[in-house]
Amino acid sequence: MGGLAHIPILSIVIFFPMVGVLFLLLIDKESESVLKGTALAFSIIEFALSLPLIVYFRSDTAKFQFVERIPWVKSFGVQYFLGIDGISLLLVMLTTFLTVLCILSSWRAIKDHLKEYMIAMLFLETGMLGAFIALDLVLFYIFWEMMLIPMYLLIGVWGGPRRIYAAVKFFLYTMVGSVLMMVAIMALYFLYHRATGVYTFDITKLYQLNLPLGPQMWMFAAFSLAFAIKVPMFPFHTWLPDAHTEAPTAGSVILAGVLLKMGTYGFIRFSIPLFPSAAHKFVPLIMVLAVIGIIYGALVAMMQKDVKKLVAYSSVSHLGFVMLGMFALNIQSVEGSIYQMLNHGISTGALFLIVGMIYERRHTRLIKDFGGLSKQLPIYATFFMIVTLSSIGLPGTNGFVGEFLILLGTFKSSRVFAVFAATGVVLGAAYMLWMFQRVMFGKLDKEENKVLKDLNFREIMTLVPLVVLIFWMGVYPSFFLGKMQKSVSHFLTQVNTKIAARQMLDHGNRALAENIWNNGKIKIVNVN
Amino acid sequence: MMSHIWLIPFFPMVGFLINGLLGVRFKRSWIHVIAASAIGLSFLTTIILFVDLMKVAPEARHFEDVLFNWIVAGKFKAQVAFLIDPLSIVMALVVTGVSFMIHIYSGGYMEDDPGFRRFFVYLNLFVFSMLILILANNFLLMFVGWEGVGLCSYLLIGFWFEKDSAANAGKKAFVVNRIGDFGFVLGLFLIVATLSQHGIWSLDFDVVFKNAPLFSTTTVTAITLLLFVGATGKSAQIPLYVWLPDAMEGPTPVSSLIHAATMVTAGVYMIARCNVLYSMAPVSLEVVAVIGALTAFYAATMALVNNDFKRILAYSTVSQLGYMFMGVGVGAYSAGIFHLMTHAFFKGLLFLASGCVMHAMAGELDIRKMGGLKKFMPVTFWTYMMATLAICGIPGFSGFFSKDEILWQSFHRGHIVVWLLGTVAAGLTAFYMFRLTFVAFFGKPRMDDELKHHLHEAPKVMTYPMIVLAIASVVGGYIGVPEVLGGSNRFEKFFEPVFTGGAAHALAHASASVEFLMMGISVAVAVIGIIVAYLFYIKNPELPVRLANGMKGLYTLLYNKYFVDEIYNSLFVQGTKDFATFLWQKVDVGIVDAAVNGVASLVEWSGGMIRKLQTGYVQTYAFSILVGGVVVFVYFFWESLF
Repeated sequence: MGGLAHIPILSIVIFFPMVGVLFLLLIDKESESVLKGTALAFSIIEFALSLPLIVYFRSDTAKFQFVERIPWVKSFGVQYFLGIDGISLLLVMLTTFLTVLCILSSWRAIKDHLKEYMIAMLFLETGMLGAFIALDLVLFYIFWEMMLIPMYLLIGVWGGPRRIYAAVKFFLYTMVGSVLMMVAIMALYFLYHRATGVYTFDITKLYQLNLPLGPQMWMFAAFSLAFAIKVPMFPFHTWLPDAHTEAPTAGSVILAGVLLKMGTYGFIRFSIPLFPSAAHKFVPLIMVLAVIGIIYGALVAMMQKDVKKLVAYSSVSHLGFVMLGMFALNIQSVEGSIYQMLNHGISTGALFLIVGMIYERRHTRLIKDFGGLSKQLPIYATFFMIVTLSSIGLPGTNGFVGEFLILLGTFKSSRVFAVFAATGVVLGAAYMLWMFQRVMFGKLDKEENKVLKDLNFREIMTLVPLVVLIFWMGVYPSFFLGKMQKSVSHFLTQVNTKIAARQMLDHGNRALAENIWNNGKIKIVNVN
Repeated sequence: MMSHIWLIPFFPMVGFLINGLLGVRFKRSWIHVIAASAIGLSFLTTIILFVDLMKVAPEARHFEDVLFNWIVAGKFKAQVAFLIDPLSIVMALVVTGVSFMIHIYSGGYMEDDPGFRRFFVYLNLFVFSMLILILANNFLLMFVGWEGVGLCSYLLIGFWFEKDSAANAGKKAFVVNRIGDFGFVLGLFLIVATLSQHGIWSLDFDVVFKNAPLFSTTTVTAITLLLFVGATGKSAQIPLYVWLPDAMEGPTPVSSLIHAATMVTAGVYMIARCNVLYSMAPVSLEVVAVIGALTAFYAATMALVNNDFKRILAYSTVSQLGYMFMGVGVGAYSAGIFHLMTHAFFKGLLFLASGCVMHAMAGELDIRKMGGLKKFMPVTFWTYMMATLAICGIPGFSGFFSKDEILWQSFHRGHIVVWLLGTVAAGLTAFYMFRLTFVAFFGKPRMDDELKHHLHEAPKVMTYPMIVLAIASVVGGYIGVPEVLGGSNRFEKFFEPVFTGGAAHALAHASASVEFLMMGISVAVAVIGIIVAYLFYIKNPELPVRLANGMKGLYTLLYNKYFVDEIYNSLFVQGTKDFATFLWQKVDVGIVDAAVNGVASLVEWSGGMIRKLQTGYVQTYAFSILVGGVVVFVYFFWESLF
């Protein structure tokens, strides 16, 4: 961190896209290429600005890094408090990375209101980055809500035929969850004040709260409902296929790639560490839902007629793996879970790009309208194949590392869940390869498909970085796993120690609980 | 040289990358030269390593080459590292050697195919994956190769993807293998989960086998059975064999290399590699032996009545793989590997011969439309004959030594049922192979005149590799001549350092006369098979027709492959699809989403009610109801907190 000691790098990373927004506002809405060029330039510079984070990130500590802390609304204890650790670092990188590809992919797809579209994209980027980086609950909540608006517009303005329905559904569903979270945030705030006399939304402080199980359960449920809808976990997933089918390509990429991760990130950053004992109580329920999601998502995906909807349901299945690994609460499973978040962003993002490319050419996404495309589009076919393999977790690709670690960790803690979840791996191969076969193999028998052009340079350049990452993360995962190792083990020690201590307390054994806290070097603020 | 094991898979990878990334501009001959020499170099490296290995004392023949840490999470660590010992070097020699021959052959076979480059790209990738599989020093890296070869198999079966049958067969192979891999992976998890309780976090073969005593019998039985599930997928055993006959949709060199000589033997190799574990689990070994014997017999029966040149060979492969599992299943690991090797030579060759026939016959595979090919294609015929005599177990040919070793070991170790099934299957093998020979190569030509004029011998680029394999099919057996025949079974001795850990070696020495008797029986059974085939298809061609009519039921059953494909289809494939459709339309749309929309409608409806009292927007009311809900929630919330 040495070289960056006095630079507010996180603030720069968060708000640089907003500078782009200001620039875009000044540009005439008719000059499309200038608009596109500016947006692309800002997204690329933004990605470049985020690179120092990974370069100067110290993998040997679990502490938050690049921390910025300024009192904001003093009377309420709200702070402008930023920082990243091994869990959020890679998600931040994923966000800046995918945004570049999204803007590239919108080059020809977006014809109307281009200026507003690009503004929405950059605005969204700031919202997402802020949500990953904020360490103050109010600040987090602001960014969390801030993401909703541009995403709502992306679907509602630039979406498909049923875009209004999908956008409203997305918005309201997410809102319902968030409002309850807001209530729980307030409760947490007052509880902390009652215990210490200090008003704060600082999560590192709130982590220290030792709450009785009852309130933990309530607040965990309130936080988690918001996140579970966002993930989305079965049975809260039905907004996702609608949102995906209607959203424009870039919207789907960002939605699948980053926004869904807000849900899983929320669990690992807030729900679990704030309310560990409640999380522990919820483990069976969440694991059951995760396994149902894995199998159910895969089966429903299998029968879809629309490629995009198929990919949307496959997300339900993949995110089930993420949730399963996270709640198995051991180091392999949690690292696998975080890894799978990145994987899903990359491979599902790539799948949506690929579907978008063919949609731009044919204006259909129905499987039955295709067939035999491999012959006409060999380059497209190669990329599609690689991404498909990554999605089904072939060893050597990123998908394998995540699924393997998740299942290995889950197997250690609860075998039955791991066995059921592993069937998802078989089903994954079935639905993806069946789809691939119907779209790419067979006779090229539709006239419209015989004149399709293969990928152009821009499209290839959009996909190449993803393919590089697919193999990099599959062959040399140590680079990425090494970054998160300390943070994940810190997370697990905190959570598991608190769970153990709470159990002691509930058995009336205060001394033993204190002993556990002391051994784990854990600071505790008691609430009675 | 031992620190350069990585060179063996490195060359095929380079070939894959060069042709894959830059090959679009290359001439076909370059592509072929690049691909084939990549494998040639790999073969050469393997030979050098083999020579080096032989210089070392037998018990020290174990070298590892660690490249880098692959997956490290918590205490768990898996590396990319290679292992050379007698077992892996033999496998590597067979794989690179046979692959080299088939790569040369393919240059001729695929000459006019528009997908020439793609073919060689996949083929090099296959060899790379196969070498990763056999050279890996740990289970996880082995699994990379294991699924990698599966991928190449998928790509190559579906090589002519415009044909629906090919695309279907490729997908079927992948999915069926994934079912097997499901078991395999669970086996790995069980290993880690068990060892980790003792503080051991590794999937390295060395570490796992050294700590094998930590496993309880139940655990090790479960582990070995789960791993065997993987083997039944990859090596096409009951009940997961169904993909292999369909795999014949791929180009014939692929059938030869992947679906006969190398990939499908991976399961046998895996069990031999894990001999320490299997020998601790007698129940698993019994299962392996019985499944192997049943498959050997069952697949042979389906080959009896089939009329497709390549499918007969495919069932034959399934059946021969069954023998290999019999071998390892009765604990005679080196016998299993011995047969794996000889089979790679003769079955690889049989498929190459079928490729020459296909070329000559303009793609026709129905043996009823052939006949008399012997005189049009002499080299093909004679090399084919060497392989046929080898597979039938005629004394002097390689298959005799290896198959006989398996049968003898089964009998000697007391697996009488296994031995009996194997012996009967040996008779069936001789019959169906000579049925194929007589119908396709002997008698009058039955093809139409146009095709008859087209008949030709294959070019040298194809026949030379076949001659090499023909020689191997004959002499390949002499490295394992049993002691009773005056040999010293050097093959088995060579493997001792690997298999002593596992094999129940202290068997009482059997009397030579029993061994001779057994040998006599298997030869007699083979000769009977050949004679029956001769009577049926040369002497008295209407006899099989009469027989088929006389036993209509049995014939139909065999001809339709016991209807297993149909049963699997309606039970598993259609069943899954129906269930999935139900989930989607009834549960997802009908219940889950309907509930969400129901809530929304309820909000809207209540809004409509209140509208009579007030004017305003539905959204406003929706919002107020939301707020109401929140208020209620907060109330109870506060109640519980304070």
